[in-house]
Amino acid sequence: MKRIIPTIVMVLVLAAPVFAQQPPTTPTPAAAQDGFVPVDAPMNAQDTMPAPRLVAIAYGFIWVVLFGYVWSVRSRLGKVEREMEAVTRRIRTTGK
Amino acid sequence: MMKKLFPIMAIVAAAMFAYAPFLILNAPYESTMGLVQKIFYFHAANGMAMFLAAFVSGIGSAIFLFTRKPWADRLAVAGAELTIMIGLIVLVTGPLWARKAWGVWWQWDARLTSTLVMWLIFNAYLLLRRYGGPGSDRLAAAVALFGMANVPFVYWSVNVWRTLHPKTSVIPSLQPGMRGPFWFCVVAFLLVSVLILALRTELEKRRQELDELYLAVEE
Repeated sequence: MKRIIPTIVMVLVLAAPVFAQQPPTTPTPAAAQDGFVPVDAPMNAQDTMPAPRLVAIAYGFIWVVLFGYVWSVRSRLGKVEREMEAVTRRIRTTGK
Repeated sequence: MMKKLFPIMAIVAAAMFAYAPFLILNAPYESTMGLVQKIFYFHAANGMAMFLAAFVSGIGSAIFLFTRKPWADRLAVAGAELTIMIGLIVLVTGPLWARKAWGVWWQWDARLTSTLVMWLIFNAYLLLRRYGGPGSDRLAAAVALFGMANVPFVYWSVNVWRTLHPKTSVIPSLQPGMRGPFWFCVVAFLLVSVLILALRTELEKRRQELDELYLAVEE
């Protein structure tokens, strides 16, 4: 008996690393076989990235930036010209 | 001269932009990238227009630094603002293409990083002009020279360093079906860039005239 107890303890101690190296017991994805499991985001977004959407965003962005910028320059030019007219009028009326 | 040509050039540019999508749609697909490669037609054309705008700003700044000619300063401001606008298009459309072609939005390689640095330099130019106070025009002109000096570095970076970005040899080796639409887009964007530069330079000229008017009123 005196030999059996230390032997069991030794076996358990030696076996500890073996248990430690066991992969964690995560639940197996049985759901994939039994039914679908919904997730909030796709597992691999790269595979689901549709090219038409990317191309549409790219071309849409180009048009918006280009027209937006031209409109901005035109509107700033109009504003400066209106201001110039107002100052010129002021100079004419006040003689200053 | 430019005032007479402006409406004609604007009509031609508008017609080219209306026709460009049809050419791009009819261009052949690239074998490995498929549809997403069609971003290339506007992305690379914008890259060329960005280089042109950066050169205009840099050369205008150099002339302004040495001669103090106001027209050169106006050209430099117009070029810098256009570089930022077109640079924004390049920096947004590139990642959209890369996401599908490379699997990542951004890669800190030589081409992408140097393009971003160049874009930031021209942003610094405009910030300096706006908030730098008196004398900032000359300081900003020096910044624009650094921005222009970056252009050859950006262009050659893909040939010198290992990068995911296509090399410069892609354009000369384009197949006939792709070559036509690509150069059509390049001409369209260069034409639009020239028109925007003319419009933006005119705005700067008017602003200077307005400042002179205010000075006349104060005196």
